Parts: sequence; structure tokens; C-alpha cells
Amino acid sequence: MSSTSTDPRVTGTRKAPGKGVTLSWSDPRLRAIVWQVVIVGLIGAGIWYLVSNTAANLEQRRIATGFDFLGTVAGIPIGEHLVPYDPSVNTYGRAVLVGILNTLMVTVVGVVLVTLLGTAIGIASLSDNWLLSRLCAVFVEVMRDVPLLLHLLFWYALLLTLPPVREAMMVLPGLFLSNSGLKVPLLVWEPAHSFAMLALMAGAIATWLAGRRATRIQHATGVRPKVWPVAVVALVVVPVGVWALLGAPFTLEMPVKGRFRFAGGGLISPEFMALMIGLVLYHAAFAAEIVRSGILAVPSGQWEAGGALGLKRGTMLRQIVLPQALRVIIPPMTSTYLGVAKNSSLAVAIGYPDLVSIVGTTLNQTGQAIEGIALIMAVYLTISLSISLFMNWYNARLALVER
Amino acid sequence: MSTATTTHISVPGREQPPMLVAGPVAWARANLFNSIGSSLVTLALAYFLLKYAASFIDWAFIKSVWTVPMDPATGKLDPTACRAAKGTGACWAVIWDKYRFILFGRYPFEEQWRAAIVVVLFIGLFVTSAMRRFWRRELALIWVATLTAIFVLMWGGVFGLRYVPQDEWGGLPITLILSTFGLACAFPIAVLVALGRRSTNLPAVKLLCVIYIEVIRGVPLISLLFMASVMFPLFMPEGLNPDKLLRAQVAIILFAAVYLAEVIRGGLQALPKGQYEAADALGLSYWKKMGLIILPQALRLVIPPLVNTFIGFFKDTSLVLIIGIFDLLTSGKVAVADPIWQAFSTEVYIMLGLIYFCFCFSMSRYSRGLEREFSKSVRR
Repeated sequence: MSSTSTDPRVTGTRKAPGKGVTLSWSDPRLRAIVWQVVIVGLIGAGIWYLVSNTAANLEQRRIATGFDFLGTVAGIPIGEHLVPYDPSVNTYGRAVLVGILNTLMVTVVGVVLVTLLGTAIGIASLSDNWLLSRLCAVFVEVMRDVPLLLHLLFWYALLLTLPPVREAMMVLPGLFLSNSGLKVPLLVWEPAHSFAMLALMAGAIATWLAGRRATRIQHATGVRPKVWPVAVVALVVVPVGVWALLGAPFTLEMPVKGRFRFAGGGLISPEFMALMIGLVLYHAAFAAEIVRSGILAVPSGQWEAGGALGLKRGTMLRQIVLPQALRVIIPPMTSTYLGVAKNSSLAVAIGYPDLVSIVGTTLNQTGQAIEGIALIMAVYLTISLSISLFMNWYNARLALVER
Repeated sequence: MSTATTTHISVPGREQPPMLVAGPVAWARANLFNSIGSSLVTLALAYFLLKYAASFIDWAFIKSVWTVPMDPATGKLDPTACRAAKGTGACWAVIWDKYRFILFGRYPFEEQWRAAIVVVLFIGLFVTSAMRRFWRRELALIWVATLTAIFVLMWGGVFGLRYVPQDEWGGLPITLILSTFGLACAFPIAVLVALGRRSTNLPAVKLLCVIYIEVIRGVPLISLLFMASVMFPLFMPEGLNPDKLLRAQVAIILFAAVYLAEVIRGGLQALPKGQYEAADALGLSYWKKMGLIILPQALRLVIPPLVNTFIGFFKDTSLVLIIGIFDLLTSGKVAVADPIWQAFSTEVYIMLGLIYFCFCFSMSRYSRGLEREFSKSVRR
């Protein structure tokens, strides 16, 4: 291109304007330097002022700085933890780790559910069934015009008005809903299950490889070999076979209703449920609007071309419209995902032990406000940047290759 | 279905009765029952809609309790009727008892007319600003005058009004003050930051703006509010301790400025390069170029997304609940902490939801209308 060109008109035979800075106020380069020095100086002075105030205040209140407090025993009881945690033994560092894992779990589950529900509602709101599209529009308006925090408080209050354990409702056999949460049957985990899971993961990789191979052959010959037999064998037959060979163990630990509590089974707490319901309904409304406008952004000629090929509406949507709509959808969807991650911090209002709530308790107990908030910000910045990086990579992969 | 239409077109002698071509039946056939799948969806949705709407109406209006009698012994309301209807009917008596507290918080009871006027003034200010007829310089004066009047009314202490300290304010006025004042202050900052991020010959300023935007966008608003409530006192010199509301306001301004700046940057980028070049060709200085040529066009382009950002911030001000500021949501939550009404929080939250919904829904309708109007003028 232009950098390799040897055209004299491009490389220029005229002398470039002088590079030196003249000491005159009419020289834009001098002005730029002076302005930058002034602005950076002012902001630097402001920051220095705040930092020196902080240092003086800390010294006066005898607050020690540093992250040493993470090594002391926490004593914060935490209801839900993904890693073993005992408040009388474990440290603040461990408690913070529990909080980070809880935040990550809420974010991951939330993003998946928001994507599924948002896409479904976004597509349904474009249906030619009047009732369906109206209902979707009403859902979107109602859900997104109410603050998320109110959503959480509302759903939490509603879940707490459920009957007590003694009168727990049986939603499905083995599934009990009461004001202390949702009791679910647990699978008794045996080595056979682990091996089956390993086989499933290997199968997923094999299917993915087969799909890539099929695309390569399709590009070379124009005929796409069938992938689904490989998928069925790798994803269903082999894992089930492994599980059956190892004796096909399958025992469910059913919750048994007692007078005040259940015995056995797993528990989904009302805090987690309220947080999930609120987060997902709120953000799915935004995601639905994004999906809807993304599909509308695809020119109608694409639908008509699909129709001219005799494709069914569902096939057109999946094969022609959605892949093109994705290019419009991904950037705003990224901000919705970031919103899910950041708004999961509202869990503190209903007492779900996420990162903000645990660090909040920590800084109340230890007084290490600066370190605590720095910790919160660092973790969320990391999560946000990871989501952004991943979505930017995905977006770049999907982007129209322009020549 | 499709055969019916073909018959209709190909045999002119046997025209369809008008009822099947126009009118509600034809409409239902085209929009509700145009295929087997669609008919099934319609029937299923109609079934659930009727079932749940009926039980909701039953709960909210028919089996509900609207007022409860006063207990003569204690002088308090007696919620026995509500307890009896619990689970089958709503208890709107809680709203009847608490609506003044929910709307105006702990503002002195006999002075609450002032808070009510403040709410009316705010709504008037929004309506005036929304009308394009008033989009000129004088609008800024109206804003300054109204905001001054609002703070005079809230604080009092002059014109014979009783002085009400700031920690007694609460409810809807706080929500409106936090969002309106926050956006009004954040907007100029946002314009400067957006210009800074777009500047080509001030790399240091650009870097500062990028860091500011990306850091604030990457963290939740709660962490900033925590910072405002816990760390802000440490930043200040000895003896200077701004009140809690002001500290939260600063956090909201810093947060809002970033999101507004990104929207404005979008407008700056969408403007054709020719406009910048034309301004340069006229020899305008940077500020004249931006103030007279670029910003008026760029801001106009982004009014609809700006309104959407406003809606987001109006809702996000409710987060101050977590640091204990008495906004609308907090006063609702405190109202249901009353032992008499503890079991009836759903009703109060529905009312709060309705209030937020009214504000946000009218803003979003307005933004859609503007969008349509602008796209019309662009197409012309």
C-alpha cells in the first residue's frame, strides 16, 4: 500500500514543515505542550493534595495500611461457599476468595440465562403473532423501567412470604419450595460420573474438531460431510457407555421433609434465587431489545432472498439472519454482560455473600477501608476487562472481512 | 389459510364475505391464527394470561383490604383484617397509612407541602426541557432558577420557612435531586472528557481521559458509593466533612459523567469529517470550532441515547439505599420495617415500582418519539 509505494507524489519531494518547536504562542505545538503540562500538573496537584490529606488522616486515626489483615482469622459466618470455609479457622483472605467465587458464579449463571431468555424474547417480540409480540413488549417495558435494586427487594420479599418448611410446596417430586429456599435432589457422586464427565469433555472436543474438519472439506470440495453421527457417538454413546460399563450407578439423595428443616438434598437459598430472578429478568429485557434491533438491522432483502431459496422461517432465522445480526448485537450485548457482572454487586442489599458484601463486612470489622475498596475495584476491573477482551476477540472473529 | 386466499383471488364470483376480509375477525385471523403453530401459541398465551390476570385482579382489587380501622386502645392502626386476607388479597391499607412517609421520608410532617411543591417543580422542569420550543439559551436560566427555588424550599430558613436540616430530607425529592442535579453537573464534565478522549494533539490529556473512563466503567457504582461514604472523609483535610448526600452526589456525578462522555463521543465520531475540516478552513479556534459547529450537531445526534442514559441513572440513584441515604426506595423499605406492616412489603414495592415506572416509561416514550422525529428530518 502507500507505505511501500515509490510514487514520488506520495513520498513527496516537497520539504516537510519544520519539526522544531518555535517559542511563539501562535505555534500549535507549543500551545499543546503548555496545555498538557498545565492540565497534568493541575490533576497531579489535586491527587497529591488528596493523598497527603489521606496520609495525615490515617496517621491521626492510627489506621495501619497494608493487606496484612487478609492473613488474620475472619470470624465472618458465610452461608454459601463454593470452597470449604470455616469462620473460626479461615482468614479474611479465604473469605474474600469465597466472595470472589460467589460473584463469579452469579455472573456466569446470570450471563448464560440472560443470553437465553433475552434471545428468546427478542425473537418472540418480532413474531407475527400479535399477542406474543405485545406480551414481549410489555415484559420488556415493565422489567427495564423498574430499578434493579427494587427488583431484588421485591423478589426477595416475595420468596420470604412462601410457606415455612413444614408446609413446603412440592413443585415437582423431590423439589420443595419454602421460605428457606428451593430444596433439590442431589446426585450421589461416584467415580463413574467423573469418568463419564471426562468422556463428555473429550467428546465435545472431538465434535468441535469434526466440525472444523467438515468446514475445511466443505471449503475444498463444496460438500459438507455429516457431523451429527460423530456428535451422537462422541457426546452420547461414549459417555453413557463409560457410565454403564462402570456399573451405571445412579442414586439421588432426595430431600426429606422434617418439622423445621429438610434432611439431605441440596439447597438453593432464597437470596441466590432472588438475585438470579432479579438480575436475569432485568437484564434480559435489555438483551431482548438488543437482539430485536439487531435482527431488524439485517436488511429485509436477506429474508426475501432466503424465502426465494424456499427456506423455512426458522432456517432463515438461524442460517441467514442471526449470523448477520450477531455483528450488530455483540457490541451492545458486551455492555449488558458487563452490567450483569457489575450489578451482581447489588447482592449486598439482600444479604447474598458476594464479594462486595464480604469485603463490606471486612472493612467494617477491620477499618481497612482503602484496601477493601481497592480490592473490590481490582476484582471488578479484572472481570470487566476479561469480558471485554473475550467479547472483542469474538467480535473480531465475526466481523465482516472487508477487502 | 393459504388456500383460502387463493380461492378468494382466483374466483371473483365467490367473494369472501366482508367480515373475513376486514374487521376484527379478519384481523384475528391474520394476527393471531395465521398458522397452526401461531394458533397454538395464541391459545396457550391467552389461557395463561386469563388465568394469571384474573388471579392478580382478584388479589389486587377484589379480595384486597383498602383501609383498616384504628385501634382505640393504642391509637395505632389495627392490621387484623389485612392479616386475615394475607395470601388471598392485597393490603393497600399499608399504602394509605404510609404514603406520605414513602414519598417524603422523614421530612417534618407539617412541612411536607414544601417537598410536594419541589416534586411538582421538578416535573415541570422536565416537561419544559422536553419541549423543543424551549430549546434555547433561556432554558439554562430556567434551570438555575428552578433549582434555586427547589433548594430554598427544601432547606427553608428564609421567607419565614422553617429550616429543615438536610438529614431530614427523604423520599422522592431526594431521588429527583440526586438524579437531576447529578446529570446537570455531570454533563459539562462529560463533554470535556469526551473532547479530551477525542483530542489528537494532547496525548497526555487523552491518556488521562481514557484511564478515567475505563476505570470507572469497569467498577460497579456501589464501589464508588462505598468510596464516597467510607473513604471520602479520609481524603478531606481536617475539619472539613461534607454531608453524606453531597458525598453520594459527587460519586454519582463522577460515575454519570463517564457514561455520558461515551455517548457524546459516539456523536462526535458520527459527525462527518468535513464538518471538522470546514471549521478548520474558517480558521476558528478550537473552542469556537467545538462550541459553534461540532458540539451542536454532535449532541443533537445523540439525544435519544442520552435520554436512555438518563433513564439508567434515574434508576441507579436507588443504589444509595446501600449506603443509607433516604431516597424513595429507602423510605419504602423503612416503611415496611414498621412491625404492623412487616408482612406487606409486596404492596409497597409494587407502589414504588409504579412510581419509578411512570418516570422511566415517559422518558423512554419521549426518547422514541424524538428518534422518530429526527430520522424523519434526516430522511427528508
